[in-house]
Amino acid sequence: MDNKELQRIKSRKLKNSVFHGLIFFCTIFGVIVLALLLYDILKKGLPWLTIDFLTNFPSRFPKKSGIFPGLLGSLWIILLTAALAFPVGVGTAIYLEEYAKENRFTEFIKLNIANLAGVPSIIYGMLGLAVFVRALSMGRSVLAASFTMALLILPIIIISSQEAIRSVPSALKQASFALGTTKWQTVTGVILPYALPGILTGTILAISRALGEAAPLIVVGALTYVSFIPKTPLDQFTTLPIQIFNWSSMPKREFQNVAAAGIIILLGILLLANSTAIILRDKYQIKIKD
Amino acid sequence: MKKIDFKSKSGMQRNEKIVSSVLFLFGIISIFTTFGIVFSLFEETVLFFKEVSILDFLTGKEWTPLFEPARFGVLPLVFGTFLIVIFSSIISLPIGLGSAIYLSEYAPKKARKILKPILEILAGVPSIVYGYFALTTITPIIKSIFPDASVYNALSAGIAVGIMTIPMVSSLSEDAMMAVPNSLRQGAYGLGSTKFEVATKIVIPAAFSSIMASFILAISRAIGETMIVAMAAGSTPKMTLNPLESIQTMTGYIVQISLGDVPYGSIGYKTIFAVGTLLFTITFILNIISRTIVRKFRRVY
Amino acid sequence: MEPKIKIRDMNFYYGDNKALKDINMNIYEKKITAFIGPSGCGKSTFLRTLNRMNDFIEDTRVEGKITLDDIDIYSKDIDPVELRRKVGMVFQRPNPFPKTIYENIVYGLRKNGVNDKQILDEVVEDTLKSVALYDEVKDKIHKSALELSGGQQQRLCIARAIAMQPEVILMDEPTSALDPISTMKIEELLLDLKENYTIIIVTHSMQQAARISDETAFFLNGEVIEHGETKVIFSNPRDKRTEDYITGRFG
Ligand SMILES: Nc1ncnc2c1ncn2[C@@H]1O[C@H](COP(=O)(O)OP(=O)(O)OP(=O)(O)O)[C@@H](O)[C@H]1O
Ligand SMILES: [Mg+2]
Repeated sequence: MDNKELQRIKSRKLKNSVFHGLIFFCTIFGVIVLALLLYDILKKGLPWLTIDFLTNFPSRFPKKSGIFPGLLGSLWIILLTAALAFPVGVGTAIYLEEYAKENRFTEFIKLNIANLAGVPSIIYGMLGLAVFVRALSMGRSVLAASFTMALLILPIIIISSQEAIRSVPSALKQASFALGTTKWQTVTGVILPYALPGILTGTILAISRALGEAAPLIVVGALTYVSFIPKTPLDQFTTLPIQIFNWSSMPKREFQNVAAAGIIILLGILLLANSTAIILRDKYQIKIKD
Repeated sequence: MKKIDFKSKSGMQRNEKIVSSVLFLFGIISIFTTFGIVFSLFEETVLFFKEVSILDFLTGKEWTPLFEPARFGVLPLVFGTFLIVIFSSIISLPIGLGSAIYLSEYAPKKARKILKPILEILAGVPSIVYGYFALTTITPIIKSIFPDASVYNALSAGIAVGIMTIPMVSSLSEDAMMAVPNSLRQGAYGLGSTKFEVATKIVIPAAFSSIMASFILAISRAIGETMIVAMAAGSTPKMTLNPLESIQTMTGYIVQISLGDVPYGSIGYKTIFAVGTLLFTITFILNIISRTIVRKFRRVY
Repeated sequence: MEPKIKIRDMNFYYGDNKALKDINMNIYEKKITAFIGPSGCGKSTFLRTLNRMNDFIEDTRVEGKITLDDIDIYSKDIDPVELRRKVGMVFQRPNPFPKTIYENIVYGLRKNGVNDKQILDEVVEDTLKSVALYDEVKDKIHKSALELSGGQQQRLCIARAIAMQPEVILMDEPTSALDPISTMKIEELLLDLKENYTIIIVTHSMQQAARISDETAFFLNGEVIEHGETKVIFSNPRDKRTEDYITGRFG
């Protein structure tokens, strides 16, 4: 090997190392940002995180501000949203995977769901405003917000449930049918129990998404300053993210810390939801696997 | 064994019919949703275009719908959105692609096991949190470098949107690269190629169409992103390419109007639907393009 | 003796592909009938026409007539679900549900409206005994069926099928995934079960067909080449192709 060749190999190796370093940094970048973000939020928010913060209503004074109505508003909306979206989403997935014939119409439904998954969330807000708030005269209520959110997360639930249902071994379905069961009996007896961990994981992810959304609810008409809590689904509301948004845009700097405290609560709930999903999944999987 | 008496199946058959009709109804809810979106957007948009010509809307360079004299040129909002797309893409596309290459080609198993969940967490952080991060961390950094940057500026929001879309680019691109069969790589390694050469000359070309599709999806996400821009980019519709100025995006405008008390039926109310229609159309087309690319160029190995 | 199942001029299509041609056959009660033939000749397809499992495959079609106790199983007023209750099936690979042993066996009964605990307990014990599994599993009846060995799982699947008290049991290569000892156990079991059930078994093992079946049908390219008493088929086949196949000279 002459000198030139050695030189070339060296330069190729060098390129490789530089590239390796570069893309490693790209990957680590996310970690750094996440760490920075958490540090920033914890530093600002933790000192403000008191029991009072959880039980107080918003106030003009940062020290007296609390997240109570937002917390309850989010809770209301999440429960209603889940109650609406879960059965419809799982039902649609069952329909598409087990009942629908393979034809143009079914293709169209599938394509349509894929497209809906890519529609910006704020557009769902406009749908909610035009249809639920106005046309169906639900007003700017918890109910209108929940319907809007349910439609927003429906594609996510459908798609993840479809995947879970598709993972059910066809041998199990056949075994069930061969024992003289109807389709629905096979769905409830074999398919759903087997697919449940996957369905639940997908649903919890979808609900987490809804929990963090603010844009569609602003369009639907969530309030930013609320001094009451919703008692019925037809009451007006605010939510956790909207409270955070509102505090972030206050001129008084201390409100940023209040917002950070709100974010800690929000992220805490999301963390809890996702850990539940993981635990659920693992627990069921051990049971199913041998 | 004793003989067992079975109930007749006729009741079950009736249930079966009911169940399958109910499931069918669930199945078509998604179609109603799409029609709902299209109709609710178009209804008000049509009313809007009775008052404002489409041409003025699409080509006008001033957007002052609520002041006198009211101007309805949407270009400033489109420009604002465009700025966000540019700066978010500068962050998300290379970094997302880079981390996809690292995770699929370079990373040891252990590193993957730690890094992938972190990217998933990053993807699960609500956009409102990124908005806060832009406002309270990114903007001060920008201001310390460019002291005359405005408090609300496109750069800060763009960076935050970029960070938010990194996981999307990364995971979709990585999936595509993982799907490239190992035999292709083995051949190149056999000829003495470095990992860098295998990644850039074999894997990326083989996964190219899916990588492009992930880029387009990320851009579509950036266009539709709302809370970050509403919090950090400002609310000044402006035709500028200076990222340090306060701007307004299409989504930002919709939020601004929704927060105020715009009466139903007023021109202000209609403008958000016109802007929404434009937003929906653009993201819809991008999503279709992305899907078509994936479908058309799907390689059969 | 009147045949239990009669197949007359039956053709079966996957789309345009005619997978079974002009089948005529009688299947007798309380006998074991074996289907043999090279891969892809239509044995499984034929088996599935008998409990209408082919209904689940899109774009398939049956012509001709199949009767069970002289009732046309493809007639309009036959509910395939009810048919499958009478015609049970055991598959090539053991496919127990990811449930307990107990719940596996009573699955079909529960779904068909039998919920009396006493009856169910009895059925579980009886069927486990009749598949000679009871002693092996009696302490873990409420444990997951997936903890059993392959051979045990297959016997459980047979128990699950007979828990429905079917009249006919269809078996598609039930021992092909099992070791010799498990295979032997299942063969003994089938000889016992024959007292009460009509059994049709697909097998690739000539020895197995010869050992356990009363009747044998040889399939080739979707046609029944020869069908008759197993003894005759194996000692004195009429058709050259049958002889070639069972002596392993085929191909
Ligand atoms: N689901 C299906 N769709 C279309 N064609 C099929 C399907 N199942 C089987 N076939 C075709 O029908 C023919 C008979 O197949 P079948 O599975 O009945 O054969 P077999 O005798 O059971 O073979 P093996 O011994 O390998 O199990 C084959 O040509 C096969 O390709
Ligand atoms: Mg077969």
